[in-house]
Amino acid sequence: MISNPQQLNKPLNDRNLKKSWVPTILIGITVVYLGLVLYIPAANVFYQAFRLGTGAFFENLTKPEFLSAASLTLMLAVIAVPINTVFGLCAAWALTRNRFWGRSFLLSVIDLPFSISPVVAGLMLVLLYGRLGWFGPWLNSNNIQIIFAFPGMLLATLFVSMPFVVREVIPVLEEAGAEQEEAAATLGASEWQTFWRVTLPNIRWGLLYGVLLTNARAMGEFGAVSVVSGNLSQQTQSLPLFVEEAYKQYQTESAYSAAVLLAFLAVLTLVFKEILERKTK
Amino acid sequence: MVSSQQFTQRLFTPRFINKVIKFMGICVQDVSKRFGDFQALDRVSVDIESGSLVALLGPSGSGKSTLLRSIAGLESPDSGRISLMGEDATDRSVQDRKIGFVFQHYALFKHMTVRRNIAFGMEIRKMAASRVKARTEELLDLVQLTGMGDRYPSQLSGGQRQRVALARALAVEPKVLLLDEPFGALDARVRKDLRAWLRRLHDEVHVTTVFVTHDQEEAMEVSDRIVVMNKGKVEQIGTPAQVYDHPASAFVMSFIGPVNVLPTSSKIFQESGFDSAHPEMFLRPHDIEIALEAANNTVPARVARLIHLGWEIQAELELEDGQLMIANLTRDRYDRLQLEENQCVYVRPKEAKSFALNYNI
Ligand SMILES: Nc1ncnc2c1ncn2[C@@H]1O[C@H](COP(=O)(O)OP(=O)(O)OP(=O)(O)O)[C@@H](O)[C@H]1O
Ligand SMILES: [Mg+2]
Repeated sequence: MISNPQQLNKPLNDRNLKKSWVPTILIGITVVYLGLVLYIPAANVFYQAFRLGTGAFFENLTKPEFLSAASLTLMLAVIAVPINTVFGLCAAWALTRNRFWGRSFLLSVIDLPFSISPVVAGLMLVLLYGRLGWFGPWLNSNNIQIIFAFPGMLLATLFVSMPFVVREVIPVLEEAGAEQEEAAATLGASEWQTFWRVTLPNIRWGLLYGVLLTNARAMGEFGAVSVVSGNLSQQTQSLPLFVEEAYKQYQTESAYSAAVLLAFLAVLTLVFKEILERKTK
Repeated sequence: MVSSQQFTQRLFTPRFINKVIKFMGICVQDVSKRFGDFQALDRVSVDIESGSLVALLGPSGSGKSTLLRSIAGLESPDSGRISLMGEDATDRSVQDRKIGFVFQHYALFKHMTVRRNIAFGMEIRKMAASRVKARTEELLDLVQLTGMGDRYPSQLSGGQRQRVALARALAVEPKVLLLDEPFGALDARVRKDLRAWLRRLHDEVHVTTVFVTHDQEEAMEVSDRIVVMNKGKVEQIGTPAQVYDHPASAFVMSFIGPVNVLPTSSKIFQESGFDSAHPEMFLRPHDIEIALEAANNTVPARVARLIHLGWEIQAELELEDGQLMIANLTRDRYDRLQLEENQCVYVRPKEAKSFALNYNI
């Protein structure tokens, strides 16, 4: 038996071969899949936008329709992000530091915007505030317009970007524990002082991460906003809506230029996210 | 001049009464606390003299932390009253109780340096910056961490963190210092050092101190008085010697120090004249006398095992009826007897106790 070492080695070699092939195949599949689904489309956006040179690209970015859409999106984010940050902080604190009846129900309700289709979310707002909705007649008689106007778009943005801060802050709050806060209290700190001096510094990276994601979603949301906006150019058209509209009107370069801006924003978000994730560790 | 009527009035104003009872450090009266269905504290009453160092001792889940947190105001009792330095503090917030609290896992502020941790309470209380600075350095010296002020808690060892936590608590000059298992998370050696250090610190600073422990040796070594707790109740309060020599209950006897539990009907008690109406007798291992010759009140026993503990010898003895018990001998005595395993000896209890109430651990 031992006189034939070739035979002894063979199965071992086979196993070695398989061992080195499995990861290679898996990596290959992943790269090809990501290429088809992610990298090539993303690269194409940049290619199309700059196809006619940077001059055309920047010209597209100075058109009034684009500028109005960009400022509207900025406005939505500037209002929605602080509101959801403050709400998210309060909710996360209430849910981690207190045990009360209905707590787990609240926790799952907060996730609703994640699980519900954005279109349905928009529709819910229409059914409430639309001309024929519950509050419709009252709003109408008081001359307040929500649907097909900025308030409706803001509500939709608030809804879809609501869970991020809560979801990011709850685990860091839980990890930090209540003991440091209790220690601050025994040293004479009021709840307000404790929050600013102990709680907030402890959760700052997680919070910032949540804010970043909230912002990305607020600026990028299409579905819910499109249902309630009415999509009037230079009035109720946010950046994502502008991209779609321009594309439909065969203003491909214009669409791609705006898309590049949104994509750039997303890349920036990812970079920050990466930095923050390292900081939290 | 103060008229005699005015004088009597002054005597009985509440303020005066407060002054009279000010020698009392902490006064816990009939405090109960429930968590859902669980009775964590059951009408607990404890008086702690001002300036003393007291241990709350008991098994896990006996309510020690709950009692300590109630004194601090971190937990609000369902009923009962708590006064600190003679003033009713039951309805006072944690912030207003002027206590120092040291948590089992230190609870240092992770994002602050040691120095800022220690200064925190003083800054909150709006002490002048120059005083804060001076006192922080003083405290760093006191807890032997000179030169480590700029480190973060994650850069310290467990023992060092513990001392930072102590310095932080002492910084605001608390009237009462409360420590929850201050040495629980440390290894045996550091623990022993810190224990002695805490005792010395207390003798220097003299602040009324209560600390929680489930280690009876720690309680005996460090404290002036021990409060023994079990199942949310106080079993006994006394000096270490009182608690050890005159345990108030079977629980205290068996929780503090080793003990043999034998049926009262056992021959060893009948021969030696120990009797009780209760079915069980408690016998400390060092209260068993061993001789080579039979005497009129001894019973025979077999040496089943000998364990050398260095400074003393532990003998496992088997009585005629098969009962096993542990006896401790000094090195001297052992050398004189020249004991060997399986040898037959004659034993006699010097001291045995029995307790009226229910025995449960
Ligand atoms: N916040 C709470 N909610 C529910 N039950 C609690 C709470 N705090 C304490 N308990 C219960 O009360 C009992 C006493 O707790 P406590 O922490 O006072 O015990 P302990 O004597 O300090 O024990 P250990 O030595 O393990 O720290 C335990 O059974 C615990 O489960
Ligand atoms: Mg405890």
